[in-house]
Amino acid sequence: MNQSFEYSPAPESRAIVNLATSYGLFIDGKFAQGQDGAPFKTIDPATEEVLAEVWGAGPKDVNRAVTAARKAYNQTWRKTSGRERGKYLYRIARIIQERSRELAVLESLDNGKPIRESRDVDIPLVAAHFFYHAGWADKLDYVGLGSSPSAYGVAAQVIPWNFPLLMLAWKVAPALAAGNTVVLKPAETTPLSALWFAEICQQAELPNGVVNIITGDGATGAALVSHPDVDKVAFTGSTEVGRQIAISIAGTKKSLTLELGGKAANIVFDDAPIDQAVEGIVNGIFFNQGHVCCAGSRLLVQESIADAVIDSLKRRLSTLRLGDPLDKNTDIGAINSAPQLAKIVELAKSGELDGANKWQAPCQIPEKGYWFAPTVFTNVTQSHRIAREEIFGPVLSTLTFRTPSEAVEKANNTPFGLSAGIWTEKGSRILQIASQLKAGVIWANTFNRFDPASPFGGFKESGYGREGGRQGMLGYLRPRGK
Amino acid sequence: MPNTMNQVATLTQVTETPNALAEFLRGLPGVDAVGADQRAASLATRSIKTESKRRAIDLAISMIDLTTLEGADTQGKVKAMCAKARHPDPLNSEVPHVAAVCVYPDLVAIASKELVGSGVAVASVATAFPSGRADLQTKLSDTRFAVSQGATEIDMVIDRGAFLSGDYLKVYSEIVATKSACGDAHLKVILETGELATYDNVRRASWLAMIAGADFIKTSTGKVTPAATLPVTLIMLEAVRDFREQTGRMVGVKAAGGIRTAKDAIKYLVLVNETCGPDWLTPQYFRLGASILLNDLLQQRQKMITGHYSGPDYVTID
Repeated sequence: MNQSFEYSPAPESRAIVNLATSYGLFIDGKFAQGQDGAPFKTIDPATEEVLAEVWGAGPKDVNRAVTAARKAYNQTWRKTSGRERGKYLYRIARIIQERSRELAVLESLDNGKPIRESRDVDIPLVAAHFFYHAGWADKLDYVGLGSSPSAYGVAAQVIPWNFPLLMLAWKVAPALAAGNTVVLKPAETTPLSALWFAEICQQAELPNGVVNIITGDGATGAALVSHPDVDKVAFTGSTEVGRQIAISIAGTKKSLTLELGGKAANIVFDDAPIDQAVEGIVNGIFFNQGHVCCAGSRLLVQESIADAVIDSLKRRLSTLRLGDPLDKNTDIGAINSAPQLAKIVELAKSGELDGANKWQAPCQIPEKGYWFAPTVFTNVTQSHRIAREEIFGPVLSTLTFRTPSEAVEKANNTPFGLSAGIWTEKGSRILQIASQLKAGVIWANTFNRFDPASPFGGFKESGYGREGGRQGMLGYLRPRGK
Repeated sequence: MPNTMNQVATLTQVTETPNALAEFLRGLPGVDAVGADQRAASLATRSIKTESKRRAIDLAISMIDLTTLEGADTQGKVKAMCAKARHPDPLNSEVPHVAAVCVYPDLVAIASKELVGSGVAVASVATAFPSGRADLQTKLSDTRFAVSQGATEIDMVIDRGAFLSGDYLKVYSEIVATKSACGDAHLKVILETGELATYDNVRRASWLAMIAGADFIKTSTGKVTPAATLPVTLIMLEAVRDFREQTGRMVGVKAAGGIRTAKDAIKYLVLVNETCGPDWLTPQYFRLGASILLNDLLQQRQKMITGHYSGPDYVTID
């Protein structure tokens, strides 16, 4: 009775998400159409179907949003006690938990990520970030800046499309806990969950103007971060844009944190727990279609076990299920946008031209939408583009090493320094290698695990400042009176 | 595989001295417990619905070793269980029979008589089940007796005391001797993973049993908590998968104890499917040792046909 065990489609209900046909901007506690700029459409990358029309905010809209945030800061939020701010954050966290199912579906629709991830990773972490930071709101004396540290004032926050609501939580929760007001711009291709978050702020009766959400493209973001009445800029996204922002605000009073790209090394030693290391490699680079700034995109495997690890990895990748993001059994969803797909295709091509060997997991690519099969390059060298540039897609570059010091050299030989992974059963080796790696986050025998209490951020071209934990709070506070 | 024969020879060599065997077993890649638990938990989130659920339920029924291992077992109890094994749902002949019944050696004769021509195998526990605390001769005569009574499958227990004290060769020799006492009967080796405690030990014991000639490796006796768990079964499945790659021989896995609901059973099938692939998705290579699980599977099966739950009085209690 040998039979294949095909899983029938198990789609999460799309009907639980009621989308409006168009959305305005959320300024001063109200949704309203923008005054300048122009509307644009956001699509489901798995079907290319239009989900809704949103407003691309122009300079006037940006100005209104910053003005509303300034007014709310001066008139309300700076006079609200930490304990009261904490209550609002707890309330938001609870509403997110209550509405987690629809938020997960919405996130998968707009982003293309599998419902399994939005349901089990994104949304629970979003709630966790609000809960965690709610606890900080009345304990700012203990953040390490002396008693009664001051908020900056108005925080301008620009976030990427890979974890839309989670990146919002990383930014908004500490900002509000510290007593700042916020103008946030979600990514052009994933604006919807931020607009729903605006609704949640209304539901939580957060005072008007404390959180403002303006949608739009890069021009909107540029107008926001360069607005003269902004005190603090926080950006997560590409290194190129981060560099432009740093240049544009140089010489101003604005404080800046940047969380940028990465090209993380996932280092597997010959005494690693192989089966779990293979899982870690998969989670490292194929989680969220590789749209993860801290993705373990460079596998550094000890030469003595390289063949065995690559064979196991290929076997494991052959079981990954690519397809409808709303199917509960989908492991790999859609690439977020056509331009991102083009970039992945181009870099994968360069890998082949540079002489690396390409292997792709066998899977049926749907006719519509943007897709890229899980891909592994072997025989990659440090001088190949796919070993140096951030691909931000489901593409793994595999390199080998012979000794621990060679592993460290290769791991650090990159302009980035966001994260790294170490796989070995030997505890002393974990500590020894970790102390030599130039990366903000180092995982040992695991990968891509996040917790609001753990600071996240990079070295070198991966940015500066930390998000999460006590260190993350420092990005939104300064010593009293400064 | 081209060098399969060499590898078999190498594996036999590792049993030549106690040190060689210990070195081999300790040299197996370690298991990271956190990672193994995570992998099992993530596979448990697979959503098996509609047609795939219907097929999974029938597959699970056909993989059951319907078990009674109580001091209070009687001929009447075993007869009733055999009837249930042949026709799990008396009103629906489309329901497949289970893979085997599993009883103590003294009840094998009655079970094999009841099951003649049914396609249901008779399995017997042996070797001083469940503790394994007896001398080898007693264990072997226990085994020979069960086989002589008609058992075609023997579920032996390993000497956990010897394993935990590092006397791997003793465990190995007992399995080899029992295998030989089995004759044509299939040998399932119970690792009693609840007493081995660590995942590293589970992996080592799995390899030890396979090298010694086990046809199946089995999680538990059902008398120790925890019995079968998803992560332990995952590690055993990885072991049989890797053993086939090295030697070409396929060894089965039996998860026994604590699997009570159809939902649980389906999680195990997903684990098999995504770890070893469809080759293992057959009663020949995967079994579920259980008793009350069968009724939940039957109720779920009825529910899928009629659209509503029937209730416990609509399945038989034998």
